[in-house]
Amino acid sequence: MTQLHADDLTLAYERRVVAEDLSVEIPDESFTVIVGPNACGKSTLLRALARLLRPRDGTVYLDGAPISALPPKRLARRLGLLPQSPLTPEGITVADLVARGRYPHQGLLRQWSREDETAVADALAAVGVADLADRVVDELSGGQRQRVWLALVLAQETGVMLLDEPTTYLDIAHQIEVLDLCARLHEEGRTLVAVLHDLNHACRYATHLIAMRGGEVLAAGPPAEIVTADLVERVFGLPCRVVPCPETATPMVVPADRRRARALTADTL
Amino acid sequence: MLPLASRRPEPPAGADGARGAGALRSGRRARLGWIALLTVLLLLTVVASLAIGAEHVAFGRVLPGVFSPDPGSRDELIVHELRLPRTLLGVAVGAALGLAGAVMQALTRNPLAEPGLLGVNGGAALAVVVVIGTVRADDALVYVWAAFVGAAGAAALVYAIGARGRGGASPARLVLAGAAVNAVFSALTAGLMLLSPRSFNGFRFWQVGSLGGREMSILPRVLPFVLAGTVLALLLARPLNALAMGDEAGRALGSRPGRTRALGAVAVVVLCGSATAAAGPIAFLGLAVPFIVRTLAGPDQRLVLPYSLLLAPVLLLGADIVGRVVTPGELETGIVTAFLGAPLFAVMVRRGRTRDL
Ligand SMILES: Nc1ncnc2c1ncn2[C@@H]1O[C@H](COP(=O)(O)OP(=O)(O)OP(=O)(O)O)[C@@H](O)[C@H]1O
Ligand SMILES: [Mg+2]
Repeated sequence: MTQLHADDLTLAYERRVVAEDLSVEIPDESFTVIVGPNACGKSTLLRALARLLRPRDGTVYLDGAPISALPPKRLARRLGLLPQSPLTPEGITVADLVARGRYPHQGLLRQWSREDETAVADALAAVGVADLADRVVDELSGGQRQRVWLALVLAQETGVMLLDEPTTYLDIAHQIEVLDLCARLHEEGRTLVAVLHDLNHACRYATHLIAMRGGEVLAAGPPAEIVTADLVERVFGLPCRVVPCPETATPMVVPADRRRARALTADTL
Repeated sequence: MLPLASRRPEPPAGADGARGAGALRSGRRARLGWIALLTVLLLLTVVASLAIGAEHVAFGRVLPGVFSPDPGSRDELIVHELRLPRTLLGVAVGAALGLAGAVMQALTRNPLAEPGLLGVNGGAALAVVVVIGTVRADDALVYVWAAFVGAAGAAALVYAIGARGRGGASPARLVLAGAAVNAVFSALTAGLMLLSPRSFNGFRFWQVGSLGGREMSILPRVLPFVLAGTVLALLLARPLNALAMGDEAGRALGSRPGRTRALGAVAVVVLCGSATAAAGPIAFLGLAVPFIVRTLAGPDQRLVLPYSLLLAPVLLLGADIVGRVVTPGELETGIVTAFLGAPLFAVMVRRGRTRDL
């Protein structure tokens, strides 16, 4: 059994049942990427793994114990989450926002400490925003803001990091930068779980891929073993070709040109 | 330990070139400086409140009047019997309302949430008036508890109305619900007072709050509650910070938004109930003070809460002094705060500094 796994989850909001009998395993020290169409339940699964959503049925285990039994701060020292759309308090500076990642390490009797200070400084430096430390977060670009939020989760110093679409809002260069950063965090021994929409990025960076559709896992495994044209068609309903990436030899998904197909059928009529 | 004692990170090495206004306002020295400045300001206001009033009192009589009044000196008696209790009441009521406003705004993530505007103080006043009109208790403590019940009921009612329907409790909806509930409460309060004018003896402060003309036996009754509410509110500074990033991010950091909201609501009810039992419903103080403090110090509740605690009595006593001197017979403190606070409210609404929940 892996450190983090979920057994037979039924995930539901008040009325809408999002997933039933959903089981996932996050391999230890993996960089796991979850892909799937909009509204298939990726964020919902992350919420359940982070105990933000209580499963209607089933259990999430961390280090062999059900996470529902852990005190909140203890859980938050083991597992961090970057939500898909967090709120930025108005007028907060970058350093102050990142410092809030230290919350689970503090308490009434344990206020700000040297370790907190180093953790925040390291996190700022790791995502390359140290020179923005005194800027107001509201006044940053979307990409800068995304990296600041990553720094907050980093400052939390957890062994497991769950990232919901960490590359949205970023230009291609910054997407790669953030993914390289994630890869580095992963190499340093952390377990990462990220939701990504770009399949080529997912295939390039993931050591373990989970493909979801309609609240079900259709396939899970190393991208090179599971990503086929057939799988992409089943998950996204998108006809495509899968070719080796010329740069990394990982699978690369090239959507079929449906315009040409349409033009051809139009000609034959 | 109070959150005051906590520290924040220095900017990391290499960030020196970027030390801007943020670093200045987050430095520890700057923070102690603010605390010192606000404390001095409060002391000066207290002295002014003892020295200035409708009756002229020689300044040299103020200090003896506070500590050892000479029964033969009219000036010293005025200071000791009238102005000292009134000033102490102003400090307690101001601190309670400023802090309650700051906590409410943090809880609802709504800069317009304010005990006066949202009807919490109005509910407390109505409950007190009902109790005065029906049971006529001898012990002022009964009124304090009535005020708690009224404040809690009003808060629950406004929240229930504001959160109904699609979209939940957005800032605008909460304020609208609060205004409506508050209007009903003050109409009921006025009606009850008309029904039994003798029980109220011309005390208008149950409609518009005032520091003047109050029985001073109320102060020792509310003081323990104000202190308890203050300690609870200050202890919530860090959980409120975690809540500011949304419930999801807050819970992912190990905070408990549900518990923070419940404890915060208790603090607000205790603070607003005490303040209203002591001085009647006073509006706008809880709006203006946290707004000014956030503008100066940013959104960190470990600063916003203590600064609000110190600044609010300065403004309330200031308003009270203004009310004493502008008209021959005094102007109710609550009217002065409304006069100064309403324009600020308009500015805040126009600036659109409200974010939906
Ligand atoms: N708070 C909520 N209350 C009710 N239903 C919700 C809530 N959040 C999500 N849902 C519903 O649950 C389903 C799964 O949503 P989820 O956010 O997990 O999708 P997702 O895979 O993350 O999609 P996306 O790629 O768009 O982020 C959707 O049908 C969505 O409408
Ligand atoms: Mg999502």
